[in-house]
Amino acid sequence: MSDYPQLHIAGESALIVYLGEQSSPEVSARVQALGEALAQSMADLLVDLIPSYASLLVLFDPLRTDHFQVSQLVRETASNLPAQTVTTGTLVSIPVYYDPECGEDIEALAKHAGLAWEEVAKLHSDQEYRVYAIGFAPGFAYLGDVDERIAAPRKATPRQRVPRGAVAIADRQTAIYPAPSPGGWNLIGRSPLRMFDPQAEQPMPVRVGDRVRFEAIDRDRFLALGGEL
Amino acid sequence: MNGLVIRQPGLLSLLQDRGRFGQAGLGLTTGGPMDPIAAAIANRLLQNSTQATLIEVSFGGLEVEAMEDVQVAITGATLPVLCDGEERPMWTVLSLRAGQLLNLGFSEHGCRSYLAIRGGFAIPKSFGSTATVVREGIGGINGQRLSPGDELPRTPAKPTPALWLPPAHRPQYPKRAIVRVIPGYQQAAFPRLEQRRFYAGEYQVSDRCDRMGYRLEGPVIACDLNGILSEGIAPGAIQVPADGQPIVLLNDRQTIGGYPKLGTALSLDCIALAQLRPGATVNFSPITEHRAHNALHLAQVFEQSRRYETAPG
Repeated sequence: MSDYPQLHIAGESALIVYLGEQSSPEVSARVQALGEALAQSMADLLVDLIPSYASLLVLFDPLRTDHFQVSQLVRETASNLPAQTVTTGTLVSIPVYYDPECGEDIEALAKHAGLAWEEVAKLHSDQEYRVYAIGFAPGFAYLGDVDERIAAPRKATPRQRVPRGAVAIADRQTAIYPAPSPGGWNLIGRSPLRMFDPQAEQPMPVRVGDRVRFEAIDRDRFLALGGEL
Repeated sequence: MNGLVIRQPGLLSLLQDRGRFGQAGLGLTTGGPMDPIAAAIANRLLQNSTQATLIEVSFGGLEVEAMEDVQVAITGATLPVLCDGEERPMWTVLSLRAGQLLNLGFSEHGCRSYLAIRGGFAIPKSFGSTATVVREGIGGINGQRLSPGDELPRTPAKPTPALWLPPAHRPQYPKRAIVRVIPGYQQAAFPRLEQRRFYAGEYQVSDRCDRMGYRLEGPVIACDLNGILSEGIAPGAIQVPADGQPIVLLNDRQTIGGYPKLGTALSLDCIALAQLRPGATVNFSPITEHRAHNALHLAQVFEQSRRYETAPG
C-alpha cells in the first residue's frame, strides 16, 4: 500500500485520489474511510466527493482553497486513517425473481458457463457483495465481485431499454437497474425493490461500502412485493 | 395564480438554479446553467438571490404569458425579444403587464439564453436544488423540460429599480473558442505525440453536443489505455473513447465513467464551449493549475466590476 495514496490533478477545482491499483474490498473500505474523514477535515472547502472502486474524486471551492492546500489535507487525513480499515457497511437484502421470463440473458449466460440457469441464480445469490460505487444513473449501484464462473462480458449491442428492477451482470459486477434505461449488461432476473425513489426520505436502500445479499424469490412473491413483469 | 405560464417552450427550456451539489454519492449529477455567468447577470439585474431559479432557453423559441404584472430580464445568447409583438431589449429589466405575451425568437449569437423573474420562480427543491436534469428525471417540474401550459409561480418580491448592463459590459458570444485545459487524470497514458496533436489540432463541435457533453470532431487521439477502472468525473473533464474523438463533459455528465481522460477544461471556457453550435471551431491550450486559479480569480474580480446602471428611458 506504500505507493498509495496517489494524487492527480483532475481540474481547476478537483483532485483525484487513488487508493490502490485494483478494486478490492480493502481498497474500497479505504476509499470510504477517506471520504468520511475528508468530509470532516475539509468542512466547507469541500464541494462534492465522488467515491468509486479505487479512487475518490475531491471537488473543492477554487476561490477559497487550492490544489496545494487540498493535497496537504488529503495526505494528512489519509495518513491518520487506521492501517486496517474494517468493513462495517450495513448488510442489505435484495429480493430477486430469477427466471428466463424476466432474466432474458440467464439461459445464454448459463450455456456459456456450462451450467443450468438455476445454478447461475444460485451462484449469484449464494454470496455477499460490496457496493463499490454508485453512478451511471441515480441509484445505480455497482456491486462486486461476481463469482468468476458466471462473469460475462457486456453485450455487443446494448438494449435500447432495460426495465426498472432488472438484475444484471457485466464482467464481475452486478447491479439492479434503478430506472428504465438503455443498457448492455446481461439480464438474469428482476427485483421488486426500488433502488431509487426520489420522493422517499431515504431515496436509496444502499450506500457505497454497504454489503448486499440477493434473496431468491418466486413469481408470486415477486408480484406480491409490487414487482412488474 | 402569479408568475408566468409557458405557451411555447422552444427546443429546450429548463428550470435551473445554480446546480445540485453534494449528491454525487447517490449518482446525481450537477445540472445548473450551462452559462452560469449570463444566468447570474439575469438574477443580478433583478436583484434576486444568486440561488434564484430561472429558465435556461437553448436555441430560443420560448413564449410565455405574464399572469400578473412582473419584472423579468433576458440575458445570454443574443435573440430577438418581442412583447405583444413589440421589440424589447435584452440585458435589462423588462416590465410585463398581466396578460402580455413575451416571445423569444431563435438565437443568433450563442445558444443558451436566460429568462429570470423578479423574486425567482417558486419551484420545490429536490435533493437541495431545483436544477432540471431530464436524464435523471430530477428537478424542475417532475424532472421534465418545460412544456406548453406549465405554470411557473414566482416568489413574491417588491418591484426593483430598472437596471441594465451597458453594451460594453455584456459578455460576447464568438463563433469559436480556445479552451484552456488543465492536464491531469490519465494524461501520462497519452503519448507525447498524441498530446501535441490534441493541443495543435483544430476541432469542430459535432452534432452530438448536449448538456451532458460536447463531442468534438478532429484529429484522432490515441491512448495507451483502452479503459480504466470507473472513477469520478469532474466538470469539464475531457474523455477520449476508443474512436479518439474527445468529449468535454459538462453539467449533466455521468458522475463516474471508465474512459481515459487527458485533463479538464477550465470552467470559464466550458461556458464559451456551451454557447457554441455544431460546426463551430475549437482549439485546446494547456495551462497549469496555477494559471487556472489566476484566471478564476481574475474572472471573479471582473464580474464584480461589471457596471449595472439605471436603464435609460
